[in-house]
Amino acid sequence: MAQVLTYRDALRATLMEEMDRNPAVVLLGEDIGVYQGTFRITADFLTRFGPKRVIDTPISELGFVGAAVGMAMLGLRPVVEVMTWNFSLLAADQILNNAAKLRYFSGGQVNVPLVIRGPNGAGVQLSAQHSQSLEALYAHFPGLWVVAPATPADARGLLLTALRGKDPVVFLENAALYGAKGEVQDGAAAIPFGQAEIMRRGHDVTIISYSRMVHLALVAAEQLAQQGIEAEVINLRTLRPLDRETLIRSVRRTHRAVVVQEQWRPFGAAAEIAAVIYEGAFDLLDAPVERVTGADVPMPYARNLELLALPHERDIVAAVQRTLYRQ
Amino acid sequence: MAEVIMPKMGDAMTEGKVLRWMKHPGDTVAAGEAIAEIETDKVNVELPAEESGTLTEILAAEGATVPVGGAIAVILRPGEERAGAGAPSVLEREVPPRAPAPAVTPGPTPTSGAAPTPERIPPEERIKASPLARRLARERGIDLAEIQGTGPEGRITKDDVEAFLALRAGTRAETPTPASEDVPLTRMRQTIARRMAESKQQAPHFYVTVEILMDEALALRARLNGDLGEKVVSVNDLILKAAARALRTFPNLNGSFTGESLRRHGEMHMGFALALPEGLIVPVIRHCDRKSIPEIAREAKDLGERARTGRLHPDELQGATFTVSNLGMFDVENFIAIINPPQAAILAVGSARPQPVADGDRVRVARVMKATISADHRVTDGAEAARYLGELKRLLQDPTQLS
Repeated sequence: MAQVLTYRDALRATLMEEMDRNPAVVLLGEDIGVYQGTFRITADFLTRFGPKRVIDTPISELGFVGAAVGMAMLGLRPVVEVMTWNFSLLAADQILNNAAKLRYFSGGQVNVPLVIRGPNGAGVQLSAQHSQSLEALYAHFPGLWVVAPATPADARGLLLTALRGKDPVVFLENAALYGAKGEVQDGAAAIPFGQAEIMRRGHDVTIISYSRMVHLALVAAEQLAQQGIEAEVINLRTLRPLDRETLIRSVRRTHRAVVVQEQWRPFGAAAEIAAVIYEGAFDLLDAPVERVTGADVPMPYARNLELLALPHERDIVAAVQRTLYRQ
Repeated sequence: MAEVIMPKMGDAMTEGKVLRWMKHPGDTVAAGEAIAEIETDKVNVELPAEESGTLTEILAAEGATVPVGGAIAVILRPGEERAGAGAPSVLEREVPPRAPAPAVTPGPTPTSGAAPTPERIPPEERIKASPLARRLARERGIDLAEIQGTGPEGRITKDDVEAFLALRAGTRAETPTPASEDVPLTRMRQTIARRMAESKQQAPHFYVTVEILMDEALALRARLNGDLGEKVVSVNDLILKAAARALRTFPNLNGSFTGESLRRHGEMHMGFALALPEGLIVPVIRHCDRKSIPEIAREAKDLGERARTGRLHPDELQGATFTVSNLGMFDVENFIAIINPPQAAILAVGSARPQPVADGDRVRVARVMKATISADHRVTDGAEAARYLGELKRLLQDPTQLS
């Protein structure tokens, strides 16, 4: 049986299930207990699990992420909520220099089974400091898994894998997706990292994306179908590890690729994905890989400009048409 | 530092074309490892590295035609630095940046004084095509230069290649009287044209024809194939064997005219002419007089199959001392062939056809094959050629001596 859940409820139910199952799972974060979470992912958790397992922290990311790293080293399974990923920059040293490297430094003697989760990317008029997409930053560092679920089923399956692994996971949610509904199979199993999902089959072009942009890609694919263009849509689900095989296999069939990301264009995830495609399918490409990205500016506050700075499905449609040499 | 040069793979070769680089700058190469595919006049061959090291530079782009001896790449041994690093590369030295691409002209090897001048297509003349379009064109044997690209800056796309193919197919199917067209000569055609014209201009040909009764030879062929359990042995294999064996007695016909002397070859290396869609090639069966007919048959079959897929080694097209050309499969009575220089003679055989022949006072039907020798009068005379054909006839009419 499948039930329809929101992305938020899928996260919440999975977190609760794992806390019931595994007493080592503890939560830390700002306003997650008494206030029940800024995005209400942890609603009722404090009542249910008590203040030892649901810890409201001071506004001190470096401190509480550092504390979580220590907890993880000593056998607990901390899940840190960052109110948004923008605030993780305050804890960057703990994440990048400690969490990501301790297993390596200790020659495998110490694991850091830490999950850091929270919304990534733009919301509505949150302005330049609070609208950033940081996946390329974290995916750059060896020692971290970087996960970006697009659907409630992804949210559940990937969170399960994150909660059962032994390495730090950067778990990138999206505020605009919390209310999105989707089918989740009862008792659905974990989704292994590095396994992309083909959301729609097509033979003319491959559109590759992750997180919220997958939904734009699906809308664009629908519009393209009306023009007789059959787009394949791939939901990466994880950026590290990257499912190179699925990408390459698809592009070898379609001969064209469009990569969609919300973040800025230079040095972004789309550039890495494009390079993977060139390495694996060069001789079978009929057009340069197209990138659809956010505008290369700090996010404007004005709503009209904010909308212009974010990728839109018409941008994807236009990029697909360019790969097919149709203007 | 070792310069990789365009090797001379055959007497007739004056230049070669780099078809494909199998190694790229920065790649480590081991001595003997194939680094490039080269198109010579007749075959495509893989070029092995002579030294181990790192391929640091490619001096001739894919598609470039380079004279024999011209540098096409540089390999540095481990630990070695490029000599005169500041010096301009061959490319920079030889090719002015905006010079038009030199035309492909088969001609004599440049004199030793001239520096090698590898052809290179200047960047502005490189044809723009998507990787997929290039691949499709390569697979279909289409020259991208013939296709009009419709993409940005004239880029040729998959659709352009497919449209071109469709148009070409359509042109073939629908046009009852095709318009005249100038078809560029393939390298093989250029070579054939040059060498055959040279032969006819320089070697005074004369011709002698005999009729050979082939019934016994055909019976032998059937018996051998029965023994082998498969149809391996062809009529041509028997003729090759007989022609080689007969040469033992007539060394002049197994010779080469050098200008001052006649070189009589000790070995009977038999070339057999083979028609391919793109032209004619002549693979060689060495020591043909000493091999058994099944051995000759298997070798001929193998050479033929590999010739059709362009996988012959240049050695396998070199060193024939005599050639047999057979059009028997086309039901021809007889024909005369042009000598393949520097050989002294060539044997042309027609079909073995049922014909009435006088057998004492009676007339019976026998399988009759006409064989015509073309010989170089500078080397031999009509009487010798006639005696040679007599020996050939004797061997084929009583083939017990052949097996």
